[in-house]
Amino acid sequence: MSLEIFWMQLFSGVSYTAILLLMSLGLAIVFGLMGVINMAHGELMALGAYVTFMVANVFLKIFPHSVDTYILFAIPIAFLVTFLFGMFLEWSVVRWFYNRPLDTLLATWGLSLILQQTYRTVFGPQEVTIPMASWLDGAIEPFAGVQLPLNRIFIIALTLLVAAAVYLLFFKTRMGLQVRAITQNRAIAETVGINTRQVDMYTFALGSGLAGIAGSVFTMIGSTNPGTGQLYIVDTFIVVVFGGVASIMGTALSSFIIAQLQTTFEFMTTSSYAKVLLMLIVVVILYFRPNGLFSPKVRS
Amino acid sequence: MPKDFLRKSWWVNFIIIFGLLLLLPMASPAFRVPLYGKYLSFAFVALGIVLSWGYCGILSLGQGIFFGIGAYALAMFLKLEASSPELPDFMVWSSVEQLPLAWLPFQSFSFTLICIFVMPVLVAFPFTYLIFKKRVSGVYFAILTLALSLTLTVMIIGSQGGTGGANGITDFSSLLGWDVASDEARTRLYYMMLGLLALCAALVQYLVSSRYGKVLIAIRDREDRVRFSGYDTAWIKAATLSVSCVLASIGGAMFVLFTGLITPQLVGAVASVEMIVYAAFGGRTSVLGAVFAAFAIGWLKSALSEEFPQGWLFFLGGLFLLVTAVLPQGISGLLDYFKKRPTVTGDSQ
Amino acid sequence: MSLSSRRRFIQKSSTLVAATALPGAALWPVLSQAADEVKLGLLHSMSGTIALAEAAIVDAEKMAIDEINAAGGVLGKKIVPVLEDGASDWPTFAEKAKKLLQQDKVPAVIGCYTSASRKAVLPVFKANKGLLYYPTYYEGQEEDPQVIYTSQEATQSVVAAMEWMAKQQGKTFFFVGSDYIYPRTCNKIAKATATRLGSSVVGEEYAPLGHTEFSSIINKIKAAKPDWIYSTVVGGSNVAFYKQLKAAGLDGSKQKLLSTVVSENEIDGIGKDNAVGYYACMGYFQSIKSPENEKFVAAIKAKYGKDRVVGDPMECGYNAVYLWKLAVEKAKSFDVAKVIAASSEVEFKAPEGLVRIHKTNHHVWKKVRIGRARADGQFDIVHESQLTEPNPFPKL
Repeated sequence: MSLEIFWMQLFSGVSYTAILLLMSLGLAIVFGLMGVINMAHGELMALGAYVTFMVANVFLKIFPHSVDTYILFAIPIAFLVTFLFGMFLEWSVVRWFYNRPLDTLLATWGLSLILQQTYRTVFGPQEVTIPMASWLDGAIEPFAGVQLPLNRIFIIALTLLVAAAVYLLFFKTRMGLQVRAITQNRAIAETVGINTRQVDMYTFALGSGLAGIAGSVFTMIGSTNPGTGQLYIVDTFIVVVFGGVASIMGTALSSFIIAQLQTTFEFMTTSSYAKVLLMLIVVVILYFRPNGLFSPKVRS
Repeated sequence: MPKDFLRKSWWVNFIIIFGLLLLLPMASPAFRVPLYGKYLSFAFVALGIVLSWGYCGILSLGQGIFFGIGAYALAMFLKLEASSPELPDFMVWSSVEQLPLAWLPFQSFSFTLICIFVMPVLVAFPFTYLIFKKRVSGVYFAILTLALSLTLTVMIIGSQGGTGGANGITDFSSLLGWDVASDEARTRLYYMMLGLLALCAALVQYLVSSRYGKVLIAIRDREDRVRFSGYDTAWIKAATLSVSCVLASIGGAMFVLFTGLITPQLVGAVASVEMIVYAAFGGRTSVLGAVFAAFAIGWLKSALSEEFPQGWLFFLGGLFLLVTAVLPQGISGLLDYFKKRPTVTGDSQ
Repeated sequence: MSLSSRRRFIQKSSTLVAATALPGAALWPVLSQAADEVKLGLLHSMSGTIALAEAAIVDAEKMAIDEINAAGGVLGKKIVPVLEDGASDWPTFAEKAKKLLQQDKVPAVIGCYTSASRKAVLPVFKANKGLLYYPTYYEGQEEDPQVIYTSQEATQSVVAAMEWMAKQQGKTFFFVGSDYIYPRTCNKIAKATATRLGSSVVGEEYAPLGHTEFSSIINKIKAAKPDWIYSTVVGGSNVAFYKQLKAAGLDGSKQKLLSTVVSENEIDGIGKDNAVGYYACMGYFQSIKSPENEKFVAAIKAKYGKDRVVGDPMECGYNAVYLWKLAVEKAKSFDVAKVIAASSEVEFKAPEGLVRIHKTNHHVWKKVRIGRARADGQFDIVHESQLTEPNPFPKL
């Protein structure tokens, strides 16, 4: 393997890390705080993607000259829409299921089926085309023979931004403090005066919003169709479970490890074997550390 | 004999349900009977889930794996019988020169039977025992099984020459010389399967009414206390799950008999989660509820997709929400509510 | 019997009786059929992941049925389509096929897209002596007596394409496909053809269905620097693959790529700018200049909207209806055995040109075309062969 390919593979690993992290961050937060397994997370990503599609179309029709900038608007709009939708979901469905994680799993699975069919009915079963902003087209070439696609660099940058924002949110704001308190001990947090209902709602909404950003950004590298959500969900869960719940650090580390392993295996063998090998490794490691890589001691 | 097992009301329900199922073929056109058989093949899986999830609190989202074990085992046997002395057709056009080693033992019916009944235990027990010993919690275990069913699907699809790949294995003609393809044959098989199902239902009811059943409920509700009392809960959980896996495997074999094919879709994550809803709909602690629900949902699926193809997913999703939010005890819980019977509490976790 | 258990008996028995009665009730509307009507089964996925591709085929088939009815029907009878949803689930395909043949007693079914769905229904058609028209390109290796295959098999797509590519400076090939039977079988045939022509295969990669991360595969492609990429990546993965190829600088102007699974419909989803410059090998392209095709495309746009694009499977579905009609008229009967016997050498002036059912092997003589994708999502036809004989079992 030549040096150029080595660098490009390394970059592939890093960009895949960013993708996994972006997908899993929202899920990890929700799972960690509320013990809620949101199997509809994939469909929330799909929602972000469809919102992006609609924003792109609005730009094409109404602001055709600024069409290249649509992605900068689409991402925050996707975040907002999925944030609000997540709030609605929490209020209407999820909040009945606290302390029943297995039931949440089934209920949100049902939700994901309903959402999938809704997308199919509203947008049609086919893929929808989402134009690529021209300034994200192509690649930069830092050394000869090493091409790094621009859109992936954008994704990595965005992920760093989002991760930093989430970190600041949880460790430097009052709201974040409340979230951490509830994660450690919900009952005591309530007695101290924290409005756990409200925090739960906002946290779930945040998790959904992050999923929306992920979905919006993936329109650049993948396809958007009603089944898109299902493709991502199991991988996302593996990352979260492997990393250890209630740990952003764990999710980040887990994303990195899984991404690197996956891209390396894929390069050495075929994609199918890579997936199988990865799963086996994850299962073995989970056997030795059943609560994931970083499992903080919390009083349940 | 456990007192609960001899309870008259349960046996009355048992006779009603199985009686109606027995009479069903006489009230339907012949081509519908294999469909009924297909629906009821999922009843076996649902029975197992009632045992392991309803009574023991273990949520496995990988029952498709074991459904697949039984189904592929029988499919391989039937395919060999249908194709012999040549190679199965899918191997021919995958350029497989000779029968893979793994297929050779499936020329024997006894081996196939052993595979269906015993292999699930060999696969499930050691693995889950080690995991339960590590006290892996319910949620992690569920996700793990989900990932494993996905992995197995990828493996099956990738091994086209050995498993038929994404197409699966189709086109059988006979089992040990007896026709299994025609509607008349499948009607005969229906009655035999019904007998087997009745036996399995009675068996599971016996298990859950016995002292063993009480231990299961205790494990579901407070596993640590059971452990403190000296029971090896990991062993009990693994054993229970293994029984559940054997039932799933039998269901898979039945499925193959009634539909004449097996595909990796039935092994995967989506199918596995759907199998949970059969048990949930019937009432996760109701043995007869599982039988009823498997039939009802299967029937609804066929009926709805004929009239409203778009509607099926909405309906299924709604069903999931219904049984977790509104009807945690499923249909049987609903009936119990109307009769004001005390229910066996089925809080999962 | 006590009061409560009697109530339970009534509740449970009435539910189960209702469960039995309702299928019977559902039967009624279907059993009746007017004397001047004939039913035609359409069996495709209208829901689930494969609905992506099959929903459009149904539209074309329905249009063919409307056209034939407007012109007087088949043997004087109006065709009534009976549409069943396979739901992207192969056992469901088998179930619905059985329903169409045994309950609706249709004289023919046009259906299936994936090879898996076709394989699942073959035993049903064999047992019930039904007739299936299969309108999708596939890998060959089959010649079922109850099936007529109206689209190209491997020699009419893969072999022809490889031969053409070899002539276009094709010394090294890289195969990329989704991991299931069609790509694997096609690659097997393609590899043998490449060897025969003196070219070499420098890479063969498979990605699971639905996979979206192609960076490793693309890096391998970059390392191998093939003259041509032969792609059999299908479905949603296609979109990801093409987008990522473009982002990696391997777009249509820099890397030659040919696919046998991308038609105008797929480009719609992939995005025109992502696919421009790549090649596809099909029997039909929307840009074919012929009076039949212009009429056909105009009719589709008039019926379904001016933004609709037409791809090969749609046209083959349309052809299937007409080929059935012509065979029925030749046999002067709807009887399946007679229609199959009469199908031999039936000709139809299809939008893609003349097609003729082979004398014996149930496939269709058709032209092979290679097109290069334009910026508007249509194809420039760069190569058109003579009528090519179908050969589902080529000697490799």
